[in-house]
Amino acid sequence: MRPWVTRLRLPALLLLLGLALVLSVRIGSASLTLRQVLDGIRGIGDPATVTIVRRLRLPRALTAVLVGAALATSGAGFQALVRNPLADPYILGVSGGAALGAVGAVVLGSLTPAPLSIAAAAFVGALAAILLVLRIGLAVGPTLDTRVLLLAGVVVGAFANACILLLLSFADLDAFRSATFWMMGSLSGSSWGGVQALTLYLIPPLLVLVGLARSLNLIAVGEETAAYLGTHVERTKLLVFGAASLLAAAAVAAAGIIGFVGLIVPHAVRLLWGSDHRFLLPASALLGATFLLFADMLARTVAAPTELPLGAVTALIGVPLFVRLLQRKRSP
Amino acid sequence: MWECDRLACRYANATRAALEDVSLRIDEATVTAVLGPNGSGKSTLLRALLGTIAPCVGSVRFKRRTIAAWGRRALAREVGVVTQEESEPFPLTVRELVAMGRYPHLGPWRREAAHDAAAIAAAMERCDVVQFADRGMSTLSGGERQRARIARALAQEPGALVLDEPTASLDIRHEMTIFELLRTLRSTGVTVLLVTHHLNLAARYADRIVLLDNGHVAADGRPDAVVTAPLIGDVYGWAVDVTTYIDGAPQIVPRSGAILR
Repeated sequence: MRPWVTRLRLPALLLLLGLALVLSVRIGSASLTLRQVLDGIRGIGDPATVTIVRRLRLPRALTAVLVGAALATSGAGFQALVRNPLADPYILGVSGGAALGAVGAVVLGSLTPAPLSIAAAAFVGALAAILLVLRIGLAVGPTLDTRVLLLAGVVVGAFANACILLLLSFADLDAFRSATFWMMGSLSGSSWGGVQALTLYLIPPLLVLVGLARSLNLIAVGEETAAYLGTHVERTKLLVFGAASLLAAAAVAAAGIIGFVGLIVPHAVRLLWGSDHRFLLPASALLGATFLLFADMLARTVAAPTELPLGAVTALIGVPLFVRLLQRKRSP
Repeated sequence: MWECDRLACRYANATRAALEDVSLRIDEATVTAVLGPNGSGKSTLLRALLGTIAPCVGSVRFKRRTIAAWGRRALAREVGVVTQEESEPFPLTVRELVAMGRYPHLGPWRREAAHDAAAIAAAMERCDVVQFADRGMSTLSGGERQRARIARALAQEPGALVLDEPTASLDIRHEMTIFELLRTLRSTGVTVLLVTHHLNLAARYADRIVLLDNGHVAADGRPDAVVTAPLIGDVYGWAVDVTTYIDGAPQIVPRSGAILR
C-alpha cells in the first residue's frame, strides 16, 4: 500500500464515524433534516425537535460510539493476550458476571421497594468475575498463564450462567422479561450522565492499551520472544488483562450483552490492513463505534415502534459481513 | 561476554535440577555451540544466560554485570535471540516481523527513523528474505520463516546472537547458509551462541563446544577435544565413529545396528 493511503486510513475511519453519527441522530420515528439536527444541538427551533435531538438521540448515539469503541478495543486486546483470533471481550467471564449482577438486581429489585440500579449491579458483577478469573489464573503458578486464564473465564462464565438460570426460575414474569431483555443488549437507557461517566472512565484503559501496542505485537508472536525483544511480559499481560476487562465491564454495564462487535471488528481490521496494534487498536475503536451506531439505527427503525434487541442485530448483520470478508480475502 | 559460575537451575515441581554446577565463560566474537541429548538442559542454559529463569545457585553475568540487573529492553539492545517456539496467530508480513527487531531501540512511542529502516533492510538482505518482504508469514515455508526470524534478531543490531536449534527444519542449502552467516557475523565481532543437534556442523563452524549431559557439563573445549568417539558415544548412549573432514574438523558417523558393539 502506498504511504499516503496508509496515512489516510485513520482519518477516513474518523470521517465515516462522523457521518454515521449524524445519520443516527437524523433517523428515527421522526426523521430530521441536517438543519434540524444542527439547530437541535444548539437548542434553537422547534422545542420538540430540540428534545428529540438533545435528550434522546444524541446521548444514545454517543453511548453507541463509546460502547462500540470499548467492545472492539477490548476484543483486540484479548485476542492478542490469549493469542487467539476467536477471543472476544466476554471470553474471560466478564459478561457472565455482569449478567448475574444485572439479573440479580432485576429479580431481587422486584422484591424490594426501591429499584436497584441495573447498570451498577452489572458493573459490580463484571468486576467480581474479573477478580475471580484473575485469582484462578494466578493460583496455578506465579506467572499468568493465558491458557489457565481462558479455562478460568469459561468456568466462571458457566457458573454465573447456572446462577442466572436459578435466579430466573424464581423470578416473576415481569422480572423474567426485563432480565432477558437486558441480556439481549439495548441502548435505550442512555443518558448524558452515562455518556459523561463512560467517557471519563474509558480514557485510561484505552490509553493503556494503545501505549502497549508494540508489546502486544510482540506477545502475539510469543511470550518468550516478547521478553527477548524487551517486553516485561508478566507486567504487560496483567495490564492488558486489566484494561481490556475494564473496557468490557463498562460496555456491558452501559448496554447489556452485545455480542460480535468485539470479535468481528478487530478481525475485519486485521484482514483489511494487517495486525500492527498501533493501527489496529485505534482503527478497531473507530470501526466498532461506527458498526454499533449502524446496528442501533437498524434496531430502532426496522420494526418501529418495537425495538429489536441490539445483540441480535449485531450478530445478524455481522455474520454475513464477516463471511463476505473472509471470502474476499481467500479469493486472490 | 558471558560468565556463569557454579550455576544450578531447578524448575518448580521438578524432582531433579535442570542444570547443576555449570561454570562457563563465553568470549566475545566467538561461535559457541551447546550440544547434548534431548532434555540435557541446553534450552535451560540459554534461558539462564538470558535471564528468563533465575538460577537457584550460582550467578550469571553478561558484560560483567549480573544478568538480573539488566533491564529487558537494555538487554534486547545487546542480544538478539531466535527461540524454538514461535508462531503467528494473526496475519503478519515478513517486513513487519523483522521490524520488531527495532522495538528495543524505539520503545513504545518512537517512530522508525531512517537508520531503523536501513537496519531492517540490511537484516533482510543478509538472510535472503527481501523477496518475501510483503508476503504473509503464514504463506512461507518453515525455512523461509526461520530466516525471517533470524533477520529480526539481526535487525536488533546485537553484539551477541543466541539461537535455539536455528536450523531444525531447514534443508541443506538453507542450513549451510545460516551456518555460513554465523561465521560471517563472528568475523564482524558478533558473539554467537547456539544450541544445535548437528554435531558435524557444530564441529566445523564452532570455535568451542559445550557438551551437556543430564544438566552437567560433560565436556567443554575446542571441537577436536569434545567430539571424540568415547565422549559422544557415552553422552548420547549410541556408538559412533569419528572421521576427519578435509578442513580438519572431527565428523561423527553413528554406527548402524549391524556394526553396533
